[in-house]
Amino acid sequence: MKTLKSILLVSVFIIATAFTIIPVADGYKVGDTATDFKLKNVDGKMVSMSDYENAKGFIVIFTCNHCPFSIAYEDRIIDLDKQYKDKGYPVIAINPNNPEISKGDDFVSMQKRAKEKGFTFPYLFDAGQEIFPQYGATRTPHVFLLNKEDKELKVAYIGAIDNNYSDATAVTEKYVEDAINALIKGEKPSPNFTKAIGCTIKK
Amino acid sequence: MKKILFTLLIVSFISCKSDKTSEEKSNEISIKSYTYETLEPLLSKDDDKTYVINFWATWCKPCVEELPAFEKINASYKDKNVEVILVSLDFPNQIETRLIPFIKEHNLKSNVILMADVDQNKWIPKISEKWSGAIPATLIYNKNSRKFYEQSFSYDLLEKELKEIFKTY
Repeated sequence: MKTLKSILLVSVFIIATAFTIIPVADGYKVGDTATDFKLKNVDGKMVSMSDYENAKGFIVIFTCNHCPFSIAYEDRIIDLDKQYKDKGYPVIAINPNNPEISKGDDFVSMQKRAKEKGFTFPYLFDAGQEIFPQYGATRTPHVFLLNKEDKELKVAYIGAIDNNYSDATAVTEKYVEDAINALIKGEKPSPNFTKAIGCTIKK
Repeated sequence: MKKILFTLLIVSFISCKSDKTSEEKSNEISIKSYTYETLEPLLSKDDDKTYVINFWATWCKPCVEELPAFEKINASYKDKNVEVILVSLDFPNQIETRLIPFIKEHNLKSNVILMADVDQNKWIPKISEKWSGAIPATLIYNKNSRKFYEQSFSYDLLEKELKEIFKTY
């Protein structure tokens, strides 16, 4: 009887836990092949990664207008583009937010912000919100560094831009720069995955 | 008669004074800043309480929307060995300009502290391996059980989860 009871208890436990396990978020892991996209830029033109024939890779950054962390990183994103575009790794910024929920993240506001800050890179709108879930972006800013290998775009680094959002002069680890420098040298980035606090992408 | 008047005067003086003190108190909110080293002990207590730790910021809209649920838990469960701690991830240079005015405006009663550790990649995984870094995020724990949520809560859902963790105690 006792064994029956414990078997019953164990099975109840198994059944209970089976349904309470939180699903692991989908999206890319380092080494996966990234999908291309065709999204509208603030200049009204459609942009795809396949437009860049000579690129060695891309710094894809999911970012937006309203998030204080995105704002804190705007100048550093411009610097990344200026520094690495000529080396074959341009920045492509994508706003993944639903502007109906996320005030200030509509297309017109994006155009305004890009002009004000003098963005040197495309700032695309993920209309329909189909791209960010494929990448597995969860917050802004969220970087996906892609590297071209055998004509495929492989995810080489996922995470934060550096390790100090509040003070660019106090940064001690420039994750994205270090990762690109490693790729240029033909090495694997390390770390290839970092975490940071960011604004939840508004669906 | 004189005596009565005098007593009344004293009483009114005292009550006035005490009112003023409590008002002054509410105007003097001070926010304690934490690094991971100093925050960690708050996330691993093994006393008789169940802790509800909410990571939020004044600029985070879904966080602000769910704050009333945490405030209500704090009010209804504080006598039942539950402690709510609101860990703000506001920028450290905005404590005076944003965080304290927000606390006053929304009359927050739960304990609010500031997580000012900028090296987020070091501490986010230590709070939970599952946490991507997006907020709102919540940790509910006691000495027997621990659960982390990267999601928004309604009061009913939060209470349900709290009761689940309670059961383990």
